[in-house]
Amino acid sequence: MNKKTSNENPFIPEPARIIRKYNLSDDVKFFQVRFVDMEKALSIKYLPGQFMMISIAGTGEAPFSISSTPSRPGLLEFCIREVGEVTRALFRLKENSIIGVRGPYGNGFPLDKIKGHDLIIVVGGLGAAPLRSLLLYALDNRDDFGNIYFLYGAREPSEVLFREEFLEMRGRDDLECLLTVDEDTTGNWHCGIGKVTNLFENIKNIDAGNTYAAVCGPPVMYKFVIDKLVKLGIPKHQILMTLERRMKCGVGKCGHCVVGNTYTCIDGPVFSYWDVINMKGLV
Amino acid sequence: MRVLWMKKEHLKEFLESSKQFGDLWGPVKKGETYVYDKIDDFSKLILEPKRTLLPVKKLICPPEFSMFRYDEENYNADLDNIPRRVVYGVPPCDIHGLLILDDLFKRHYPDPYYIARRERTAILGVSFCVPTEGCLCKSMGTDVVEEGFDLFFSDLKDSYLVWVGSSLGDDMIKASPNLFNSNVTRKHLDKFIECKKERDEKFTRGIDMSVIPDIMELSYDNPIWEEIGERCLECGACTMVCPTCNCYNVIDEPSLLGTKGERKRHWDCCIFKDYSLVAGEHNFRPTRADRLRLWYTHKLQSFGYSGKPACVGCGRCIDTCPVDINILTVAKGLLSAKV
Repeated sequence: MNKKTSNENPFIPEPARIIRKYNLSDDVKFFQVRFVDMEKALSIKYLPGQFMMISIAGTGEAPFSISSTPSRPGLLEFCIREVGEVTRALFRLKENSIIGVRGPYGNGFPLDKIKGHDLIIVVGGLGAAPLRSLLLYALDNRDDFGNIYFLYGAREPSEVLFREEFLEMRGRDDLECLLTVDEDTTGNWHCGIGKVTNLFENIKNIDAGNTYAAVCGPPVMYKFVIDKLVKLGIPKHQILMTLERRMKCGVGKCGHCVVGNTYTCIDGPVFSYWDVINMKGLV
Repeated sequence: MRVLWMKKEHLKEFLESSKQFGDLWGPVKKGETYVYDKIDDFSKLILEPKRTLLPVKKLICPPEFSMFRYDEENYNADLDNIPRRVVYGVPPCDIHGLLILDDLFKRHYPDPYYIARRERTAILGVSFCVPTEGCLCKSMGTDVVEEGFDLFFSDLKDSYLVWVGSSLGDDMIKASPNLFNSNVTRKHLDKFIECKKERDEKFTRGIDMSVIPDIMELSYDNPIWEEIGERCLECGACTMVCPTCNCYNVIDEPSLLGTKGERKRHWDCCIFKDYSLVAGEHNFRPTRADRLRLWYTHKLQSFGYSGKPACVGCGRCIDTCPVDINILTVAKGLLSAKV
């Protein structure tokens, strides 16, 4: 790898190795990845909510939220659904294969602002990919945050991503971890049944004006979740969401992710509900 | 800015000598239109400013190019073989287009491909253009240009005023010192004012940019978008000819063996249906109305990191759109609620 070129050229991916790969559900896999250059692997800095561009040479490149937390350096984790050509190629690769990775890109969650506040994380389905990073970060720096609520809704138990990890978190007394599924077909699901918005009745111990919320899920979910958060009294600029867009560059050039004149890859993908009100077409 | 003057008959000699700075390019006639092309036969070069079919962006952001080659171990970007060029005949509107692209490509993660081509392309601007029916630059404030070129030639009929816009431009002058005269006189100034006035009087159309950006902000739900969306053929020609459309797609082209190949950039177009389509078939701009509104938001309201309207008034979309959707008809429609 010609280091000089890669430093000057933001479009050149860096080789990274797939360390672990396993199923999180029928169509979602977990990828643990490490830059081949160990110094790069250990020194990379990122924020929860940022994303990386992953390349499979010959197939292409696509953006993926980082699921790991910067508080545990060395490995990058991704939670990926097989939906397109790049993910199909990625799913075929075995552990130890080399892929191309560049980033991190995007604004990420404003940790400096969120610190010192109560935190409500609301996730639907694959929205766990970026918000697991924020959750793990907050738990690793527990003293920096007030009360933390983690609300996660999936369609059915087999689609609850990071199931064991989140079920185990229910035992923590410094976190309210609330899980729900639309429908239980297994008969041994012991958490909630119903939409993620039903979990809001469990939020009792927050100081709304002093709370940040972070939301990620399918597009249909936002309206209902935001209604609930606004009703709780959380200021609109403290309701944060991370959005998905088509991206071909990640660095504010190719144009695809633009909303008005805002580049989701530069000024997002984390936006506040106040941004959403002011920028038509964002959600 | 350093300004000199040159006798008109010296232009050919100067351009011939400027070939030491790179291949000479300029407008040539092709069928009924003009295109930027490499000049091997000087008699083919069109000396007076003309609107070319594609703006000069085609040389800085080529329609297709290789970003890097890859094999099993390496990614190799070859920026060293980008040719040096001297492009004569670039009108002010096209240079304004480049200034808008400069801001986009040089800020936040500077793009080495754009920068290399921009630095290796000497821009020799010309005015005064004879405005065609579609020329709107006067109303967009892009009929004069103060930066973004290496040399700029203002045509004073029997001579040129030559504005030196860069160190490279200065080197080009110094390479032909006998052709230029630094003694710009009152006579030249009078001639300059006269020629500019003569040109200014020929504009027949314009867009009232004092109100349009605000009107755009207020027109998100205007039925005009549905109406032009019905009519639009989704051919994308407006984006190809626009000096400030820069969107691109990235495509890997593997060799037959599969382990090697190259990653290429191709022009893309926000009017196409799959432009905002993400995996899983969700489309953030599913209708042509959505996509046309985005394009006109960029051209008439705000674009890029500067957030300024990106239309430079070149009028190419007016000549190009087969169904008469263009910057002028849309601006008029927004003001009058009629398309």
